[in-house]
Amino acid sequence: MGTREGGSLRRSEFIPHTPQDVEEMLRAVGLQSVDDLFQDIPREILDRYEPLGLDPLSELEAKRLLTQIAEENLDPRRFVSFLGAGVYDHDIPSVVSYFMTRSEFFTSYTPYQAEASQGTLTWMFEYQTMVCELTGMDVANASMYDGGSALAEAMLMAHNLTGRRKFLVAESVHPHYRRVIRTYAWAADLELASVPYDDQGQLDKGFVAENVDEETGGLLMQTPNFFGVLEDLRNLKDALGKGLLCVSAHPIALGIVKPPGAFGADIVVGEGQVLGNPSAFGGPLLGLFACRKEHMRRMPGRISGRTTDAQGRVGYIMTLQAREQHIRRAKATSNICTNQALCAFAATLFLGLLGKRGLRELAALIAQKAHYLARRIEEELGWPRRWKGPFFNEFAVETPVPPREILPRLRERGFLGGVDLEPFGHPNALLIAVTERRTRAELDGFVEALKEVTRSR
Amino acid sequence: MTWGELEPGRTLFDLGRPGRRGLRLPEPDVDTRPLEELIPEELLRSEEEAPRLPEVSQIELVRHYTDLSLVNYGVDTGVYPLGSCTMKYNPRVNEEVARLPQFAHAHPLQGEELSQGILRLMYELGELLKKIAGLSAITLQPAAGAHGEFVGMLLIKRYFEDHGELPKRRKILLPDSAHGTNPASAHIAGFEVVEIPSDERGMVDLRKLKEHLDGSVAGIMLTVPNTLGIFEEDILQITKLVHEVGGFCYFDGANLNSILGRARPGDFGVDIVHFNLHKTFSTPHGGGGPGSGPVAVCEALAPYLPVPIVRRRDDGSFSLDYDLPKSLGRVHSFYGNFGVMVRAYTYIRMLGDEGLRAVSEAAVLNANYLKEKLKGVYRLPYDRLCKHEFVLSGKGLHPEVRTVDIAKRLIDYGFHPPTVYFPLIVPEALMIEPTETVMKEELDALADAFSKIAEEAKESPEVLKEAPHTTIVGRLDDVKAARQPVLTYPFEG
Repeated sequence: MGTREGGSLRRSEFIPHTPQDVEEMLRAVGLQSVDDLFQDIPREILDRYEPLGLDPLSELEAKRLLTQIAEENLDPRRFVSFLGAGVYDHDIPSVVSYFMTRSEFFTSYTPYQAEASQGTLTWMFEYQTMVCELTGMDVANASMYDGGSALAEAMLMAHNLTGRRKFLVAESVHPHYRRVIRTYAWAADLELASVPYDDQGQLDKGFVAENVDEETGGLLMQTPNFFGVLEDLRNLKDALGKGLLCVSAHPIALGIVKPPGAFGADIVVGEGQVLGNPSAFGGPLLGLFACRKEHMRRMPGRISGRTTDAQGRVGYIMTLQAREQHIRRAKATSNICTNQALCAFAATLFLGLLGKRGLRELAALIAQKAHYLARRIEEELGWPRRWKGPFFNEFAVETPVPPREILPRLRERGFLGGVDLEPFGHPNALLIAVTERRTRAELDGFVEALKEVTRSR
Repeated sequence: MTWGELEPGRTLFDLGRPGRRGLRLPEPDVDTRPLEELIPEELLRSEEEAPRLPEVSQIELVRHYTDLSLVNYGVDTGVYPLGSCTMKYNPRVNEEVARLPQFAHAHPLQGEELSQGILRLMYELGELLKKIAGLSAITLQPAAGAHGEFVGMLLIKRYFEDHGELPKRRKILLPDSAHGTNPASAHIAGFEVVEIPSDERGMVDLRKLKEHLDGSVAGIMLTVPNTLGIFEEDILQITKLVHEVGGFCYFDGANLNSILGRARPGDFGVDIVHFNLHKTFSTPHGGGGPGSGPVAVCEALAPYLPVPIVRRRDDGSFSLDYDLPKSLGRVHSFYGNFGVMVRAYTYIRMLGDEGLRAVSEAAVLNANYLKEKLKGVYRLPYDRLCKHEFVLSGKGLHPEVRTVDIAKRLIDYGFHPPTVYFPLIVPEALMIEPTETVMKEELDALADAFSKIAEEAKESPEVLKEAPHTTIVGRLDDVKAARQPVLTYPFEG
């Protein structure tokens, strides 16, 4: 056990205390043993403690163990992936990976002390600017947990702003996001109504117009949506009356696609994993969150603002904190505290590297490759797209056999063939995502593999 | 500390010139079509409408962020005694293993059979955390501590809804020393928050607690040790009293570092515990995240946990179980912050039982040692054995000196300031948590700095009022920032 006779601590590479340190410190506080440090805990609680039965491991042993556990998974380096549905296999520039290991950034916390945190506060300010530029909005926060909870928080914010309790949710929104939204709506006692989609895979605007009433706080939607289809945002804002238009958008698509802000959106959110963050089995992700200026005092999350010191030097500081839980407590706009800061920093680096032209080129490159693959699949296999609306990076195809029958055989050929939509209620549909990492040879090879696995059934 | 030569306020938008770029992409290798043939023109963004992103070369960008790193204080820079945040050393081995490609580049929908190691790690981490909590079920889905609190509140709500008691169970009790996230979490879960005052010992006032105990109580949220760093000595009685009226007891795990390896919240009579993997279990704070906030619960609340739950099948393989008909649903797009879980798991495995116990011992020893050195110099409103942290007051040094001045002056001495103005029950609070990874020499140096500042406060208070002096910018005007908000780069034209 940790305490030996005389109360010395076992040394660990993470705990610097020597037995002499412990002895001197105990003497300074007037205690006999380390056990005395815990004399305020009721005896019966201490007596009930049961150890985990875990021996310590050295770094070498830990690395061996974790490598072994890692090897029980698929090795992504050995596969060409077409998996998407919210998390995508984009390239992470070396500069981004490098700065993720700069300890001045990753070992700091929320920049409560602005003067010692100008690094964090500056990139937060840059990040907010970039998110606004992408989405066409006025203000952005420094991140939410992920795309799903960001859309749910948008609903809570719209409820706070409008005082209305009914929300329309497009059924074309990612099913996981909708599940998160349902949880948050139930928590806040809000009522949800589903907006159906048409055979293009786009939400039914007529339904929106018919179902908006005095109680409608807003519409929650996503573009491109779960099926990869780009929604048509025209006239939606007008149809909502006083309700707010809340849109989850793909940030890279916004390099070439008109931003929700241009269609009058009130709150724009999104999943920012694609901006320089690894897929990491679905977390950490990055929730983007932006809104119009008039609503900024109801926005959740941290915000960095520009100000000056007594000498007029420009600096950055967390601001509008009267919205936040550590000041406003139960009346806060949200309970969020720790967010996804480091992922937002990755996004800042990613967008900074690409720059104005680079983002457009990246978006165009992805769209070209995705459309190339969709064309080839349709032309050579005769598999039509399940939903015919316009798309950016991802599309669903109708498969002649259930995807679960062909996916394992594609894997044998080195392909992660996409997401089977059957568990999401769409049998014989395969959702295929394409990123800039896919080469023509891989796309062509995938088409050949699809032919083989369907021919050889 | 080295402060850079960065021009104050400079952003990436101030650098570069049109035509520069930090990254070159491959040329399209597929047959391309005009974009208008792919995407309807009315949806396309023209070049004039393109996001105004910076146009910088790679070296400009690298230099800019290297400069910024030099004006940012992290745990690796020096002592970071931010109370209730547990700014301990972040082991590098954690970073290395979390970046193994099979973890870092795993796709959340790649399927169970290709993710057995990942699911095993999640399952084993869950089992370890359950043992640490002394509770029987767990979810790893919440992405942060406050997210975990929210889930904890929803579990209570779901339970009472399922038992037909929801309309009357509307109150959540909270000590007035609670973290701000607690009342916010209870509120967004639809509960009414009732504050219970602390008594002269700095603990929950039992008499006042009893006044509020009735059938309308859904639960109580407790932080143990509390935000004063004091162990709630009446904890067993508190949990018993709340259980007697049918309420649940929630344990905010922010301060768990202080009892690791010695006491389990479950043995306090607690029903729900959230963990902060980024505090107790050494994962980096990342400038404000990502964290991870798993929630362990008692048997009665297990049916309501978020889906999916990681299970071990009889044959030893692992699965994601969605079959919880009474589940509260999802709170995350996928399964939570897996990357953070890898780090926490590695840390716990490296520590083992001995190490866990050594953590709380050194953390509590460090806090008490520093408290002893400072208590004659600063006001110590609650002078008793503390756990991992303690709270001083900045009052009484000089009529014009406030806690913020002391905090800013500490930066000049090379230390990150403690948490300030919290807990709210101590005026001009300085909440100090050294953590176990700080050395005795560092504590001595920190105590010296505090003492010098106390002297300066009396002799030359203006040195404090004008602090910090050594940073890239002096004290920033927070009032101006809030009154005339500039939240994005002011582009010209």
